[in-house]
Amino acid sequence: MSAGTPVRRWGAIGGVFFPVLSVLLALVVGSIVAAATGYNPLGTIGALVDGAFGDPTRIAATLSAAIPLMIVGLGVAVTFQAGLFNIGAEGQYWIGALAATYVGYAISLPPILHILACFLAAMIAAGIWAGLIPGLAKAYRGANEVITTMMLSYVAIYLGQYLVESGPMKAPGTLPQSPIIAPSATLPILVQPQFSAGIFVAIVAAAVLWWLFYRSSWGYQLRTIGRNPVAARYAGMSVARQYVLALGVSGMLAGLAGAAQILGVQHRIYDSFSSGYGYTAIAVALLGRNNPIGVVLAAILFGALTTGGQMMQINAGVDAQLANVIEGLIVFFVAAEAIIRWIQGRFHLPRRASGRPQHAETPAVVEGER
Amino acid sequence: MDLATIFLSPTLWAMTLSLGTPIALAALGGTFSERSGVVNIAMEGIMLTAAFFAVFFSSLTGNAWLGLLLAVACGLGMGLLMAWAAVHLRADQIVIGTAVNMIAAGLTAYLLHIFFGQGSPSNTPQLPVVTIPGLAQLPFVGDVIGHQNVMVYITIGLFILAHYVLFHTVFGLRLRSAGENPQATESAGLSVYRLRYLGVLIGAFLSALGGAYLSIGVLNSFTQNMTSGRGYIALAAMIFGKWTPWGAFGAAMLFGWASALGYMFQGTSVPYQLVLILPYVLTVVALVGLVGRSRPPAADGIPYVHAR
Repeated sequence: MSAGTPVRRWGAIGGVFFPVLSVLLALVVGSIVAAATGYNPLGTIGALVDGAFGDPTRIAATLSAAIPLMIVGLGVAVTFQAGLFNIGAEGQYWIGALAATYVGYAISLPPILHILACFLAAMIAAGIWAGLIPGLAKAYRGANEVITTMMLSYVAIYLGQYLVESGPMKAPGTLPQSPIIAPSATLPILVQPQFSAGIFVAIVAAAVLWWLFYRSSWGYQLRTIGRNPVAARYAGMSVARQYVLALGVSGMLAGLAGAAQILGVQHRIYDSFSSGYGYTAIAVALLGRNNPIGVVLAAILFGALTTGGQMMQINAGVDAQLANVIEGLIVFFVAAEAIIRWIQGRFHLPRRASGRPQHAETPAVVEGER
Repeated sequence: MDLATIFLSPTLWAMTLSLGTPIALAALGGTFSERSGVVNIAMEGIMLTAAFFAVFFSSLTGNAWLGLLLAVACGLGMGLLMAWAAVHLRADQIVIGTAVNMIAAGLTAYLLHIFFGQGSPSNTPQLPVVTIPGLAQLPFVGDVIGHQNVMVYITIGLFILAHYVLFHTVFGLRLRSAGENPQATESAGLSVYRLRYLGVLIGAFLSALGGAYLSIGVLNSFTQNMTSGRGYIALAAMIFGKWTPWGAFGAAMLFGWASALGYMFQGTSVPYQLVLILPYVLTVVALVGLVGRSRPPAADGIPYVHAR
């Protein structure tokens, strides 16, 4: 698997248009699936949208679900920008949550300081987890980061489960969970039940990352290496150091997300703690095209699908899994831009400069099918 | 149970083979796909799709072989979607693979709930366990490889065949050329598109066998997200095995061995989670210390634009 695959060619033009059309297309296919399985398609989609945005509580739930996706998604975007693929964010998220939980219950500190200590511990732990081993292995031994981050992800999850099921972090009692964190370490709740101040953490992270990507020399180096590591090396950039940094920062963000989830929502860690945020975040980064603003919007969309899906199940009786199908379809249509181009050509919708639809330019389309 | 008992128990090695098989099949599938130049991280989704439809059709038709056949057809359908987007639409292959995995996870869980409620029927016909006469009577070896699910033997046969096809036939050479230097392939008058379609579809076929084996070979049921990352492990096994069939087989068996070890340690004083960590740590150590730089096929992941 070559480095640098997912980062390319998505310019600012069409940056909004393509994703929006992809979402619409995915909703259409999703409603076809609903209709094929005996549900009213319009009612299903209506229930989904209403469930995600229907009233202030639901909007708060949507944003709450989006917080971890935003922060982990930003982390994954850092590695994509550098032409790397951090597939192990799930494990880094666990490591961050474990570190934050431990500092949250084992140490006493004054309120704000305690929160900062938890965040710091989570970022350091997860940053080392991702940066030190996969980063150094990639930079100096050429070890494929897809494998190392994924392997360490499993290590982290099993380690976490051991710690809370039978290890030193298990709370007294029979349940496989840690002790609850001190009140001084919890984030304030903005809207009950669980929309926390973690949203500010996410937004600050996005803003800082935007500045780093597009206004700092580090971001410039990162993106140059992502586009062409050979040219970057000739220009005197240290590719090895940037690989370590990119994976380290990526892990720090995943860890920060884990901490925000513990301090804001869960307040303790248990064995089935994560619901796959580390994997969904990959899709969030891809949909947001590795641009921090795009990642924030994509995370809100995916948070809406999660929340909306649950409400759709309650109110319209359609299984919430349909929302996950729609998420997959969105990612599919975003990647398969050519489908969208074909539709644009078909219906004379506004599109980019090129006069003909993509298909006409490639006679191979026909040839290859024989 | 002490360590010697565990390591010398034929059960451990028989389980290694059984648990390594689905990973090996998907890793071999990935190898074919990537040798043709298409990065395939969709093995997880293809396995999951086949696992669901194997149970679905097996219980519908009352015949496990028909279930397997139709499950493979569904896996091939997913493969076709992947190939079409990757080859014709020249979409980003990693993104497409992620999308296929997400769609498969959502769709199989959705259909499971619609057709079976929370769990699949418990009387689903299963692929048979075969006893090899003679071999099964041997001490130790017989207990390990003499009495396994039919798919385990099919898998070993497929690996012999795959190695031969990939490295000793004209087709294998052509397939590899599409992944190394597609321009040269086309100069020789061959269709890169067709070769890549074949690579992805052979990969989907093998992954689907692995998925179906999980649901109607090992467990006799389908549960939500039952592949639980085996497709990603297969991806690692493929890279670890340096894109060769036997390398992938060895790596897959290492993972199978570790899962088996995890089961063996359950109920002992050693926390089983710490045993389960072992293969992953071993992989990282091997990658950093021994294997060093892994070199994928040169044109792996790069969409090919047909020359005019």
